[in-house]
Amino acid sequence: MTSSSSPVWQHRTRKQTLLRWLGWFWLVALTVFCWQLMNENTIWAFVSDAPAQAADIGSRMFPPAWSYVGELWQPLWDTINIATLGTLLGIMIAVPVAFLAASNTTPSVRFVRPLALLIIVASRSINALIWALLLVAIIGPGLLAGIIAIGLRSIGFVAKLLYEAIEEIDVTQVEAVRATGASGAQVVDYAIVPQILPAFWGISVFRWDINIRESTILGLVGAGGLGIQLNASLATLAWNQVATIFLLILGTVVISEWVSARVRQAVL
Amino acid sequence: MDQQPAVRSTWKRPPLLLTNTLWRRLIYTGALVYLVLAVQTVEVDWQRVYLGLERGWRFVEGFLVPDFTTRWRDIHEGLIESLTITLTSTVAGILISVPIGIGAARNLAPAPIYLACRGIITLSRSFQEIIIAILLVAMFGFGPFAGFLTLAFATIGFLSKLLAEEIESCDRSQIEAIRATGASWWQVVNYSVQPQVMPRLVGLSLYRLDINFRESAVIGIVGAGGIGATLNTAIDRYEYDSAGAILILIIAIVLVVEYSSSYIRRWVQ
Repeated sequence: MTSSSSPVWQHRTRKQTLLRWLGWFWLVALTVFCWQLMNENTIWAFVSDAPAQAADIGSRMFPPAWSYVGELWQPLWDTINIATLGTLLGIMIAVPVAFLAASNTTPSVRFVRPLALLIIVASRSINALIWALLLVAIIGPGLLAGIIAIGLRSIGFVAKLLYEAIEEIDVTQVEAVRATGASGAQVVDYAIVPQILPAFWGISVFRWDINIRESTILGLVGAGGLGIQLNASLATLAWNQVATIFLLILGTVVISEWVSARVRQAVL
Repeated sequence: MDQQPAVRSTWKRPPLLLTNTLWRRLIYTGALVYLVLAVQTVEVDWQRVYLGLERGWRFVEGFLVPDFTTRWRDIHEGLIESLTITLTSTVAGILISVPIGIGAARNLAPAPIYLACRGIITLSRSFQEIIIAILLVAMFGFGPFAGFLTLAFATIGFLSKLLAEEIESCDRSQIEAIRATGASWWQVVNYSVQPQVMPRLVGLSLYRLDINFRESAVIGIVGAGGIGATLNTAIDRYEYDSAGAILILIIAIVLVVEYSSSYIRRWVQ
């Protein structure tokens, strides 16, 4: 807020300022438009009633049904298994995909690489819950559907981060190994793998940690684990059981996060 | 195999990780035992799987020959809901997470505010979007408004945490330089911190927009509006060609968002 008449320093030219204002204006206008469109069918009475509902649910949740924990250990074990086996499945498919997608290891930049990238995008854009929904319809409810769903979702994540790691490797080591007369497989084994191994373990454990979170809810669509219990408790409006399940999920997530942080610290 | 007596001419590569032999063996055995136990818990009804394969094939067919027209009205409605939820929740999430992110940066906020903001971030990050959606649907009723609240809440945890980390790793000399001119706290934030974190904030916001769209396709399964509800219905009715069409639309929109956001990010930086 200067009031002097001498030329005032300005960060941007007039045109830039104008363009910026226009950009912001459009963003605000679009947001307001979307807001109106979204809330066309919103019943505001329900919204204003929400604090009362929240208080009601909160009072039903407390105290959590501690005795119910006994029935939850088996689903919890299932949940952990879904996450772990699913991560393993995902890694097994993701590693070759990553090597096909990295521009320095792919056999063909024009044909194979786009295909590998398409696999990565398709896997990344579809949530594990949607995969589970499909797989439950196809192969029936149970752990297997959950494992495959987690696996399919993990491919994109692991492969994307891994191929970026492969593209960032030090080329001189590759050349040095190749200069000894090593074959293609030997170059991968002795020059590329040692360089990406820490990243690989870091990515895998990170994904495992995410998968633990995701697998807790897969049961909502019938793919096994804690979610099945959650669904049953929600259906009977047993909010104190729901609270117990939430606390158990929270505990599991905290522990898995701690484990993954420790492992990543150790390997990276 | 090799019979060189004096000098070992073969070289065995030492293990790359876990150099301690005892630990390595322990971990390998532990992993193997766990794997055996875990695989045993998986009960597979092979007959059901075999029956399902035909259904799976129909799904693949539906994906290859998607049907956009039959359920277009539902798909259209779901997509509009998903897209509007995505934009509004991202904008609302950013507006709330900027002050919380500043409050959660140790170099800008006093201890009590720091702890309170970190607490909010932890709360928001510890639960899955779906679980928050279940609770909010129970409170606010079915529909996109609950979805909007869910994604806005989830955005806060994500954006504030990364923004706070970015502020904490800011160049101190610039902050000190501005402070040395006698600037107030607001002026320090405005003239030394904001220019440093702005490109990253734009990048993160666009990334979150992308995530929010993907999530908006899921929370519909528990009744929080969006394309997920349409997809759920399509699969329940065994209309795999409509389900395939929806999945293709989701993938296409994610691709568009991803490409345009990387373009905008390059333009901003």
